[in-house]
Amino acid sequence: MVRQESPGGAVERPRTAVVRDALGVGVAVGLSGFAFGVTAAGAGISVLQACALSLLVFTGASQFALVGALAAGGNPFTAAAGAFFLGTRNAFYGLRLSQLLALPRAVRPLAAHWVIDETTAVALAQPGRRSARLGFTVTGLSLYLLWNLTTLLGALGAEALGDTAAWGLDAAGPAVFLALLAPMLKTATERAVAALALVLGLGLLPVLPAGLPVLVAALAAPAVLWLKGRRS
Amino acid sequence: MTVWIAIALTVVGCYAVKLAGLLVPAGVLERPAVRRLAALLPVALLAALTAQQTFSTGHALVLDARAAGLAAAGLALLLRAPFLLVVAAAVVVTAGVRALGG
Repeated sequence: MVRQESPGGAVERPRTAVVRDALGVGVAVGLSGFAFGVTAAGAGISVLQACALSLLVFTGASQFALVGALAAGGNPFTAAAGAFFLGTRNAFYGLRLSQLLALPRAVRPLAAHWVIDETTAVALAQPGRRSARLGFTVTGLSLYLLWNLTTLLGALGAEALGDTAAWGLDAAGPAVFLALLAPMLKTATERAVAALALVLGLGLLPVLPAGLPVLVAALAAPAVLWLKGRRS
Repeated sequence: MTVWIAIALTVVGCYAVKLAGLLVPAGVLERPAVRRLAALLPVALLAALTAQQTFSTGHALVLDARAAGLAAAGLALLLRAPFLLVVAAAVVVTAGVRALGG
């Protein structure tokens, strides 16, 4: 790979290479807003509400979780709580990014909206600050534009299709969750957390009000950490 | 109205945690216990959500075409298929099993 020296002395990648990587991620993931628009419509969410979520929440897993919880009959507070807890990982991305990008304070409230899995992955993969800033910006911009456009198209398309279940579109949500989960299951600890959460989530479903079983299942994370701490 | 309340809460909550990461001093969130818990919370939530949205309708546990769809998605993931193909596999297989009366 061709590298060039930046004025600061750090090794930087050519701008075209950074832009190409960033667009690759932004376009591929941005297109999956279509799955969100369709899932939202299948869950009984209006086109306007689906678009508001993509424009203003802009973190995919939380959006899918919220519409899924509402479709299952959860109250707005437990539904939002599940979405919120899924979004907390973005705070830790922001922490890494604030050191890497060194953004002026005035820009941070704007940049914060784009602090998600994909922009963080692209920015952290860059060797220097200048290419990290470029990668973050191009990924954020391309993903934001496409994610919102495809959300609108998916929501409109699903309304035109009518019964989304007949088309198998109710399977899109869980497939998205599985695709996000799979790369996280690296060690025995993560697999233990997933297994316990699965048992809690399904086991409590028939007995607790809608939305609560997911929140109780989240306790699998501290429970497994506590057990691990006791054993070592 | 209920939906808009849920949307408003999610918008405010999700933006607040994003902004917090960029604004708070590094020390607050850098404690090892906090980091480990933050990494494991999405694992627990995603596992529970995947299971619930595949194997339940309302408060009842059910086994229907969605299970076949999820199995197809799992197979696609093992074959390292891209994200969109994984979702498409689940949708197509679920629709196919339903069309066959499953």
